[in-house]
Amino acid sequence: MTKSSKDQNKRLNLDMAAANGLLSRRHLLNAALGGAGLAMSQSLLGQEAGVKLEIPAWSKTPGPGTSPYGKTSAHAKLERQSGFDNPFYPGGGASRSPLQHLQGTITPNSLHFERHHAGVPAIDPDGHKLVIHGLVRQPLVFNYEDLLKYQMVSKIHFLECSGNSGALLYGGNPDGTAQSLHGLVSCAEWTGIPLSALLGEAGVLPEARWIAAVGADAASMGRSIPLDKAMDDSLLALFQNGEPVRPEQGYPMRLFNPGWEGNTSVKWLTQIKVTRNPLQFRDETSKYTDTMPDRKSLQFTFPMEVKSVITSPSGQMSVTQGSIYRVTGIAWSGAGSIRRVEVSADGGQTWGDALVESQQLDRALVRFSIPWRWDGSPAVLQSRATDSAGNVQPTRNSVIAAKGTINRYHNPCIQSWGVNTAGEVTNVYV
Amino acid sequence: MFTFRRLLKTCALFGCSVTVLVSTAQEQVKLGQAITEASLAEFDLIAEPSGISFPAGSGTARQGKIIFENRCSVCHGSNGEGNSAATVLVGGDMKSLDSPLRTVGSYWPYSSTVFDFIRRAMPANAPKSLTDEETYQVAAYVLYLNGLVAEDEIMDAKTLPQVRMPNAEGFIDQSHIQ
Ligand code: HEC
Repeated sequence: MTKSSKDQNKRLNLDMAAANGLLSRRHLLNAALGGAGLAMSQSLLGQEAGVKLEIPAWSKTPGPGTSPYGKTSAHAKLERQSGFDNPFYPGGGASRSPLQHLQGTITPNSLHFERHHAGVPAIDPDGHKLVIHGLVRQPLVFNYEDLLKYQMVSKIHFLECSGNSGALLYGGNPDGTAQSLHGLVSCAEWTGIPLSALLGEAGVLPEARWIAAVGADAASMGRSIPLDKAMDDSLLALFQNGEPVRPEQGYPMRLFNPGWEGNTSVKWLTQIKVTRNPLQFRDETSKYTDTMPDRKSLQFTFPMEVKSVITSPSGQMSVTQGSIYRVTGIAWSGAGSIRRVEVSADGGQTWGDALVESQQLDRALVRFSIPWRWDGSPAVLQSRATDSAGNVQPTRNSVIAAKGTINRYHNPCIQSWGVNTAGEVTNVYV
Repeated sequence: MFTFRRLLKTCALFGCSVTVLVSTAQEQVKLGQAITEASLAEFDLIAEPSGISFPAGSGTARQGKIIFENRCSVCHGSNGEGNSAATVLVGGDMKSLDSPLRTVGSYWPYSSTVFDFIRRAMPANAPKSLTDEETYQVAAYVLYLNGLVAEDEIMDAKTLPQVRMPNAEGFIDQSHIQ
């Protein structure tokens, strides 16, 4: 930061949290928020803003009445972004949540990220079965209607694809947005039956160590899950943010493994086979395995790492010199709750503590923010999360040093958003 | 449901808390219906690495070649070379200095997975349209294209899971880290 901008900040009576314009959190709480953009108002008391205030047209005409299923405002342009549409991969692909347009911590169901291996099956819940068999005293089949009668629990948890942020490992993507680079993470309230209750009903035999979970999609996607996890906190999720789980999220029921790589939370769950050993499905051998520089591949790397990303300002946005911004983003960890989020505006040389705006729930997204005044000089915005287990989000260089660049899964690295002198924000590598 | 409503009404009258109510109603229902493993013969597609739960039937690569040409080559090429990075089925070398191409032949640790995956998910435009016999045949062909079995070697529940994969020792189980 230049001497003159320091003087300027002093004149504006701004407390600094870190170099290059990061302000103390007290400014977030005190400053009035600007109306439309992300910049905060710096208007001084008593100054005339010159805004003409009158009754708008919509206050003079009755609007349409109630509707059976509400829609988002036509002015709120929120869309998932699809990665690829390949005629040779029918129904396969992924779509990403528009992180830079969302606030708070809960992802609306229509915007929850997707990853399908053979499209979304059109399941009639009356014809759907959940079978539990294998190393159990009594193999069982469950109907949807019956499952709705069970005691349920509701938990707010993030879900993240282990391929999320993988593109950062090989560089490039200067045009990347928070959505395109990191949009394979979402967060919802999942309501369902603890899997332990259903496994208990079937009676797991002492020699059992794993379960195999298989979906009813056209790929019959399968994953092996250690029995310890299944008995600990896996959920048979039937509801998502209060409504039946969406078709693209596994309607009528999905497995949900809190904190674990998304692919293990098998959608359209139809079969659980209790076994002694893992089944070695394609999606836990050929895919979702992490090849290290020595060519050995890590298998069954389940928990997702501690991570955060600034969602605003972020790639493809722009900022104006002299304005104060609410730098905000999300943080999460598969190992517990988020304890601390720090933000840097100088590429990681100095850090200031961000305000965690939301509840700090176990394995759920939190929302953080910190005020930042952009003085017009180049800046690199970064965020760094620390979780309740003491894990600190690593830099990209340290992830690459430890895991190399063959691997594309489980990349929790710090995202750098560069701000050039024109105020344009892009994905950069530092 | 009836009991719950009545309790709620009682609560409304006497002012007890719903939380207390729910915690006294912990007894879980048990509505799973008993079935036998035999009833799952058509439903359970899992083919285990041990060879357990592989279906009856057998096939050779020579028989599989024709099915592969008709049902698979449009996406995977006649020799498994693929029409995109996602559909390459042969080649690669885990020892290469560059980022290695990872395929059935160079990467997969278990041969059982070849049968299991084809049976549940392929051909991608008509999954589960092959008979078990045809699945043995094309699985044999995919292994043959990778130089792992001979053209007339019979693949069945016994022989297929025993085919040794070059990268079998290439994986480290991390499942203890939860
Ligand atoms: C319509 C195109 C299409 C057809 C036809 C097709 N496949 Fe595939 N196949 C794919 C795609 C796409 C993938 C990758 C899927 C993924 O990664 O989720 C794939 C994956 C595979 C894989 C796993 C590759 C890996 O390394 O993970 C095998 C094995 C396979 N196919 C075998 C077959 C066989 C055998 C047939 C014929 C019976 C067949 N496929 C027909 C599109 C096709």
